[in-house]
Amino acid sequence: MLYRENGQFKSTYAADLQMLPILQDRLFMFGLIAFAFLVVPFAASDYLFLSILIPFLILTVAAIGLNLLVGYCGQISIGHAAFMAVGAYAAYNLWLRVPWMNFLVVLVLAGFCAAAAGMIFGIPSLRIKGLYLAVATLAAQFFSDWVFARVKWFTDYAHSGSVSTAPIDLFGWTIDTPTDKYLFLLAVLIVFTILAKNLTRGHLGRAWMATRDMDVAAEVIGIRPVYAKLTAFAISAFYCGVAGALWGFMYLGAWEPLAFNLTLSLNLLFMIIIGGMGSILGSYFGAAFIVALPIILNQVPQWFGIPISTATASHLEFMIFGALIVLFLILEPHGIARLWAVGKEKLRLWPFPH
Amino acid sequence: MNLKLKAGLACVALALASAGAVAQDKAAAKKAPAKAAAKAEAKGSGEQFFPVLVYRTGPYAPNGVPFANGYVDYLKLVNARDGGINGVKITFEECETGYATDRGVECYERLKGKGPTGATVFQPLSTGITFALTDKSFSDHIPLITAGYGRADSVDGTVFGWNFPLGGTYWDAADMLVQHVGKKEGGVDKLKGKKIALVYHDSPYGKEPIALLQERAKMHGYQLLLLPVTHPGVEQKATWLQIRQNRPDYVFLWGWGVMNSTSVKEAIATGYPREKMYGVWWSGAEPDVLPAGEGAKGYNALVFLAPAGQGAVHKDIIRHVYDKGQGTGKKEDIGEVLYNRGLVSAMMGVEAVKRAQIRYGRKPLKGEQVRWGLENLAIDEGAIKRLGLNGFMTPISTSCVEHAGGHRGGIHIWDGKKWNVQKDVYEADQSILKPMIRASAQKYAQEKKLTIRDCAKESQ
Repeated sequence: MLYRENGQFKSTYAADLQMLPILQDRLFMFGLIAFAFLVVPFAASDYLFLSILIPFLILTVAAIGLNLLVGYCGQISIGHAAFMAVGAYAAYNLWLRVPWMNFLVVLVLAGFCAAAAGMIFGIPSLRIKGLYLAVATLAAQFFSDWVFARVKWFTDYAHSGSVSTAPIDLFGWTIDTPTDKYLFLLAVLIVFTILAKNLTRGHLGRAWMATRDMDVAAEVIGIRPVYAKLTAFAISAFYCGVAGALWGFMYLGAWEPLAFNLTLSLNLLFMIIIGGMGSILGSYFGAAFIVALPIILNQVPQWFGIPISTATASHLEFMIFGALIVLFLILEPHGIARLWAVGKEKLRLWPFPH
Repeated sequence: MNLKLKAGLACVALALASAGAVAQDKAAAKKAPAKAAAKAEAKGSGEQFFPVLVYRTGPYAPNGVPFANGYVDYLKLVNARDGGINGVKITFEECETGYATDRGVECYERLKGKGPTGATVFQPLSTGITFALTDKSFSDHIPLITAGYGRADSVDGTVFGWNFPLGGTYWDAADMLVQHVGKKEGGVDKLKGKKIALVYHDSPYGKEPIALLQERAKMHGYQLLLLPVTHPGVEQKATWLQIRQNRPDYVFLWGWGVMNSTSVKEAIATGYPREKMYGVWWSGAEPDVLPAGEGAKGYNALVFLAPAGQGAVHKDIIRHVYDKGQGTGKKEDIGEVLYNRGLVSAMMGVEAVKRAQIRYGRKPLKGEQVRWGLENLAIDEGAIKRLGLNGFMTPISTSCVEHAGGHRGGIHIWDGKKWNVQKDVYEADQSILKPMIRASAQKYAQEKKLTIRDCAKESQ
């Protein structure tokens, strides 16, 4: 009843090719964006911004990046926090050594550095697949851990190995309050989402998906595997590099090499597995799940008034987190995005059951 | 078994596990209903809220748990024995950080606004979390006490207006160790040509002393061997093989958590004499030597503020807290090195509030007001005796420029059963440290575009 495209006719190719062809979808999306830009900055508390919304926005960019590689191109990578680290340290060094450069240019250049690193560590994908490739990408993770702890130039010879940043000045607007950071990150995320969505709808995305589904057949019909796989690595590393730079500058403020360790890599992978591989919307769901769940699990015992020691709460959080991941993989392997798609299908028939 | 049955069984198993954990906690909570009551009190006025950042899980828990117990026990003691700080009741809430910076920051954001006047003071017990919270302190105006850890340059109060490394920093610790081994050799000039190895945790905590040790190496001519150990520190075979090959005269240990006990065990395995091993004050507690057994005898470490043992304040804690069933940990663990350190850290926070109340009145105080108290701390011998901490505290006297207030430490040696405090007391050499601190603080102020405080103007 509500979700039917009756009466919506397209008269131009452009209208047919748009990202949201159904009017209800467009209304919902623009309404959501208006809500996010106009209502949330005034309604949300500082804690909500700093602990939930800002990490969610940044991790969504990273999850989209990883989804492009794992979900759309089918190359498994469990070392993507390494590219976030490359982006973060590249942005730090550019910001430190070239202070007059606009921060947006710094972000893009940091992304390019991460993309270069991504292409180098993506070379094994031309020879090996699946689990073996996952282990080879793990090398990227450990290498980045080692490089940023040992090569002192990256941390500006700080005697503690820690780097710290100051609030960013963008065209005269100083981004230091949580609301400023939220608005900036929201704008960046929307731009990057549109770019990713269009990439996946174009010839590059089709090449990736062909490589994912049946790489030998794809090669036979003329899709160059080197081109497809390395561009996937490069673009996904670009996204993660930008996300890493934002993570360091907007969320952490000051960080040590351990801030981009294996745990973050695995969290990114969990995000896209739970959210839905091969789906941009899935990256959003997965990031929200991973960011919000530990905090909710920590607070739930308090809401119910059950006195739990912090150690037990921490252990319970691990157990429930792991159990939920396993449950998701068993019951809904295509992730929350699939549940959302099923929901939309049911909405097309509503109020009828079939 | 079909899928539904499996999923159902998994849910039941998880529910049973959670119920078991909660039941265990309820049994423990029956002995400590004060915690739940404290949370209810936090809603009223006339309370001073203390956030307690702890790590009771993870690889650093063996050292985090006794510190947290000592901290919380002292807060409970002040409420039970004195009725609060001059009548203002203390409320507190623990938050688990697991020694992770991002969780520490999340705990900070969640707790900073609690209580009628916000959080009183944060003591994260982690150099990594300290680095992150230092940036936030300039806008949130909540002081950070980092007694014996944190940034070595935060002694400079004109730049780090909200950091208080009361009692000393890692540069003080490294300085004291060099002085001690110099004394053992018969004079610091006799250190020329000797080899000193630093086995350190590869994190900001472990890297902090390197600057001072390199400075002293230039002055005295000893060779410094740097051996990093990656978190969590259980893999040290390669490190100790290198030590065996290089045969340094002394090994300084800068570890935390399970890394400490692993180092001692590896030293025993490779045959390095424990008498030549010197641990910083965070590598010299019972959880670090007990797992190594008999072989740990002779291991030396620095004493910071409080050595192991029990004094008048412990008797009070047993009488007012444990005998009433409100004890946080086990009664046998009272008086451990880290328990005492947690106790003393809590004491300094409470004394700061007491001092601030003299100026601002006997009511719940905000972070800025507590900062004034921290900058005017004068805990002398008389005050130490009155608090029942005789023998468990060194005098601290802070000011706007000097945020540490004291740079003293001693040495204690493990004899297999307990720590024996040596009679040498060392003062870190401020003539070497002050220029280094100032240079580092100025660099930070430049990077962050901070305004340097004018202490003369502020005291008017």
